[in-house]
Amino acid sequence: MTSYLRPRDLEEAVVARAAYPNWMVLAGGTDLMVNANHKPIPGGILDLWRLGEIGFIRVGDGAIAIGAGTTWHEVERHPAIRDRLLPLALAAREIGALQIQSRGTLGGNIGTSSPVGDSLPVLLALDATIEVASVRGRRSIPYSTWCTGYRTSLLASDELIVAAHIPLPGAGTWTTWRKVGTRRAQSISKVMGAAAIILDGGTVVSARVALGAVADRPIRITAVEDAVRGLSLARAAEAARAAVRTSIQPIDDIRSTSVYRREVAENLVARFFTSAAGVS
Amino acid sequence: MKVTLTVNGAMHAVEVSPWKRLLDVLREDLRLTGTKEGCGEGECGACTVMLDGEAVNSCLVAVGQCDARTVTTVEGLARGDVLHAVQKALVACGGAQCGICTPGIAVCAAHVIDRGLVIGRDEPSARAQVRELLAGNICRCTGYQLIVDAVIAAAREVGER
Ligand SMILES: Cc1cc2nc3c(=O)[nH]c(=O)nc-3n(C[C@H](O)[C@H](O)[C@H](O)COP(=O)(O)OP(=O)(O)OC[C@H]3O[C@@H](n4cnc5c(N)ncnc54)[C@H](O)[C@@H]3O)c2cc1C
Ligand code: FES
Ligand code: FES
Repeated sequence: MTSYLRPRDLEEAVVARAAYPNWMVLAGGTDLMVNANHKPIPGGILDLWRLGEIGFIRVGDGAIAIGAGTTWHEVERHPAIRDRLLPLALAAREIGALQIQSRGTLGGNIGTSSPVGDSLPVLLALDATIEVASVRGRRSIPYSTWCTGYRTSLLASDELIVAAHIPLPGAGTWTTWRKVGTRRAQSISKVMGAAAIILDGGTVVSARVALGAVADRPIRITAVEDAVRGLSLARAAEAARAAVRTSIQPIDDIRSTSVYRREVAENLVARFFTSAAGVS
Repeated sequence: MKVTLTVNGAMHAVEVSPWKRLLDVLREDLRLTGTKEGCGEGECGACTVMLDGEAVNSCLVAVGQCDARTVTTVEGLARGDVLHAVQKALVACGGAQCGICTPGIAVCAAHVIDRGLVIGRDEPSARAQVRELLAGNICRCTGYQLIVDAVIAAAREVGER
C-alpha cells in the first residue's frame, strides 16, 4: 500500500520528509512517472505539486528568486524572466512540449540533476544559489557545488528544494542558451549550454560558459573562460572553440556519439561569442 | 486511498492506490476509454487531458495528485450532441486516420484554442504556432498537414464568434 500526503505548508512537508525519508518526493512527475507501471511501487508519496510556499517568482533588485514548484510554462511566460533572465526563458520554451511544460518544474529539473537537464547550465552560467529546507533549518548552496556526480547532488535525504536565486546579469552582459537535439520539441539534448559574457565594446571582459550532456553532470568550461578574457569577440570565438576541444570528453550513448558531441559543443560555444557580436 | 475528482463536470469517488496513473483510472475505473495510451512515457500526447485547466499527459499523473481537482477528457469536449469546433474541423478536414492520436490532439487543440493561444494572422506564422503548440502530440498516420489545417480552421471560427 502506498501512503500519500499533500502537505498544507512547507513546515508539514519537511517534517514528513524527515519522518519518511524513503517516500517519493513528487512534483510534476514528468521525470518520476515515466513508465510508472513498470517501476517499483513507492512506499509513500510526498506530493509537493502546487505547494504554495515553493510556487512563486519574486523579482528583487539584484536577483530573481524562483520557487522550486514553478512550472516551465510559468517560467516561460513571466515578463521579468523573459526580459532579464533570457537563457532561462529560452530553456523553458524548449523543455519537452506544452504538456511537459505545464507540469514539469524547476525544482524537478534540479532534483533529477541529470547531465541533460536543460536549465542546469543556466544556473551555472548565471551563478545561481539553491535554497533548501529541512527540520534542521534552511541553507543556501551555490549551484556551482550542487552536482556531485551522475544524477547525484548535495541535497540531504531530509531536505527539500525551496527555490533558486538567480543573480540578474548586469548591463553590458550578453546572455544566451542553446540546445541541439534531434528535434526542437520533446527531445533530450545531445549538447546544450548557456553563457554570460561581460562585454566592453567588442571586447570580452570575462565570461561564464556552461555545457550539459558532455560530462556526467552539467559543467562550467573554465578553459574557455580563461582563454577568451580580453579578446575581441571574433578572436574569442576561435579561442573558445580550441579550448572546448581540449577540455571535454563527451561520451558515446544511444543519443549521440562522442565525436559528434565534441564538434557540436565547439560550434555551440563559438556561436555564443559570434552571436554576441550582433548586439555589442 | 479515496480519491474524489470531477471529470467532465461529474464528481467521482474512487478507491485506488494514489500511485495509479490518472490514465488508468479514467479508462479502467471510470470507463472513459476515449483517452488513449500510446507510449506511457510522456512523449506522444495520446493520453492528453486537461487537469485544472492545463493540458497534461495523464500517463505522467499519479491519481493521488488529482484528489479534489478537475479533469476534462475528450468525452467532455462536446456540449451535448454539439462537437467542439476543433472536433468538427478534424472531421471536416480529414485530420484523423487510425484515430489513436486524435483524442489527445483534440483535447490539446481545444485547450489551445479556448485559451486564445493561436493568434497568427498570416498562414505561415499560424502554422508555425500550431506546430509548436502541438509538438507534444505525435501522429504516425496523417503527416500532420490536415491536423494543422483543422486546428487553424477551428481557431479562426472560434475567434470570429
Ligand atoms: C517527454 C518528456 C520530455 C522531456 N523533455 C525535457 C527537456 O527537453 N529538457 C529537460 O531538461 N527535461 C526534460 N524532461 C524531463 C522533465 O520534464 C524535467 O526534468 C522537469 O523539470 C522535471 O520536473 P517535475 O516537477 O516533473 O519533476 P518530478 O518528476 O516530480 O521530480 C523529479 C525529481 O526531483 C525531485 N524533486 C522535485 N521537486 C523537489 C523539491 N522541491 N525538493 C526536492 N526534490 C524535488 C523528485 O524527488 C525527483 O527526484 C522531459 C520529460 C519527458 C517525459
Ligand atoms: S501515453 Fe502518455 S504521452 Fe504517450
Ligand atoms: S491518426 Fe493514426 S496516429 Fe494519428
